[in-house]
Amino acid sequence: MTMRKVSAFNLLAILLGVAFLYLPIVILMIYSFNASRLVTVWGGWSTHWYAELIADAPLVESAFISLRLALVSATAATILGTLAALALVRFGRFRGRLPFAAMIYAPLVMPEVITGLSLLLLFVAVAVDRGFWTVAIAHTTMAMCFVTVIVQARLVDFDMRLEEAAMDLGASPLRTLLAVTLPLILPAIAAGWMLAFALSLDDLVIASFTTGPGATTLPIRIYSEVRLGVKPEMNAVCSIMVGVVGIAVIAASLLAKLSGSRGASEPDLSPMN
Amino acid sequence: MRGHHGRSFWQSLVVRIPYLWLLTFLLVPFLIVLKISLSQTAIAQPPYVPVLDLAAGWPGLKAFFAALSLDNYVLIGSDPLYLLSYVKSVEIAAFSTLILIFIGCPIAYAIARTPRRWQAVLVVLVVLPFWTSLLIRIYAWMNILQHDGPLNQALLALSIVKEPQAWLVTDTAIYIGVVYSYLPFMVLPLYATLEKLDESLREAAADLGCPRWKIFWLVTLPLSSSGLLAGVLLCFIPIVGEFVIPDLLGGSRSPMIGQTIWTEFFGNKDWPAASAVAVVLVCLLVTPLVIYQNQAMQALERE
Repeated sequence: MTMRKVSAFNLLAILLGVAFLYLPIVILMIYSFNASRLVTVWGGWSTHWYAELIADAPLVESAFISLRLALVSATAATILGTLAALALVRFGRFRGRLPFAAMIYAPLVMPEVITGLSLLLLFVAVAVDRGFWTVAIAHTTMAMCFVTVIVQARLVDFDMRLEEAAMDLGASPLRTLLAVTLPLILPAIAAGWMLAFALSLDDLVIASFTTGPGATTLPIRIYSEVRLGVKPEMNAVCSIMVGVVGIAVIAASLLAKLSGSRGASEPDLSPMN
Repeated sequence: MRGHHGRSFWQSLVVRIPYLWLLTFLLVPFLIVLKISLSQTAIAQPPYVPVLDLAAGWPGLKAFFAALSLDNYVLIGSDPLYLLSYVKSVEIAAFSTLILIFIGCPIAYAIARTPRRWQAVLVVLVVLPFWTSLLIRIYAWMNILQHDGPLNQALLALSIVKEPQAWLVTDTAIYIGVVYSYLPFMVLPLYATLEKLDESLREAAADLGCPRWKIFWLVTLPLSSSGLLAGVLLCFIPIVGEFVIPDLLGGSRSPMIGQTIWTEFFGNKDWPAASAVAVVLVCLLVTPLVIYQNQAMQALERE
């Protein structure tokens, strides 16, 4: 271990960078406690806007739709994404591997507008009623690719001898998968699920295209409110969402550290690995 | 017996389930976009013709293909609205990627130079904002940039400006929003390569009397080019198709291409035109990826 000296320039770069990333969110949170209806005039501290939120029935309903949606699509995306990662890493060369890999990586860079548009046109072509389930399918498709990338990174580092040992001792392939492989890649799967959950909860564009009556998600509701300008109630909603996500991510990375799973916190938090 | 047979059965299932899902919900939808981009707008449900009618058999299929046309692509080529939209998207993506390099490099470099224990914390700090919704982060900037918002108040208090500036509904606002949102995507791949960099190379340069900025320019930068390239792609490609940022911060007077697709679809209800714009956009975005893939292949061969 060499002792590294942090130069003043480096320290400044980090401080400015972190300030740039966090200042807007901090300002938003402070303003959400502003008593004044005029967003920019400071009228003292108040939790008035938070109380107002609870009374806003459509907003609360949207929040529950979004949570349910994130739960369903994250779970489906995790199952599909883990299978795809196993297929890519373990089953080496199967027929059509290249197009399969291409389809996994495409949504990572494809503009959401195109993903949303294409899925909507599919739903129209087969004439299904749009609503909760069409959005769930769309989110699952988008999120499973992120899950695949995370789980894949973990599988590549996997020590194959552990599986071979289990098989040599007479475990069936299914048993080996359930008793050896899955527990070892579980941190990556959990990280993938969390990312899928966050992606679904945050998505505006894909949901706007694929949604239907009765399935107005929270981002869609927020977007239609803030398009016309800044509103104090929206400051409060956004602050709550930031708080929930922030606590969840910090708790998860602490948990990963406590459980002593080496390297788990890295693929965890860097979705582009 | 059971083992061998079981394995191949499970194996094929593990491949087939996600494969089928992606074919159904990724490839087929895109083929439909391609098909509708060759159709005509119509006042009908769905709002385009021709509609493929498999019940009509072979003549129906023939009629279907005969009715396809390239009209929408001709429209995109001839109407300056679309062209300007593409140009603006590429321009904004290119310049903001450049700004991201200038801001991201020092940050990634600085993180890679801190003691190991700090690095993990700093990486989490950089990634954490990514977990919160893009919509919310952009909304936070709407707060800051509005006419009597904190930015103008601060600038006035410091007497940098004499009267409040209009920040919202400008390209400057788009640049701020884009750079803010994509900073983690630039810093992380850069950090990942810088962190693996062999320290002794830099020390050797320093021992030979190379000034620090020159070490950075001649040693660090060339050796971290793979991370830089990854960062550039991760930023440039999604920025071109960005919708939320230009819509909330930039307004709709000179839209980016994501906004154009959105308005064609939701506003003008012109599905074929929206599809054609999308197809051209995909072609535009695939080009840098193919170039990157080729270069990666060449790099592999050289090793």
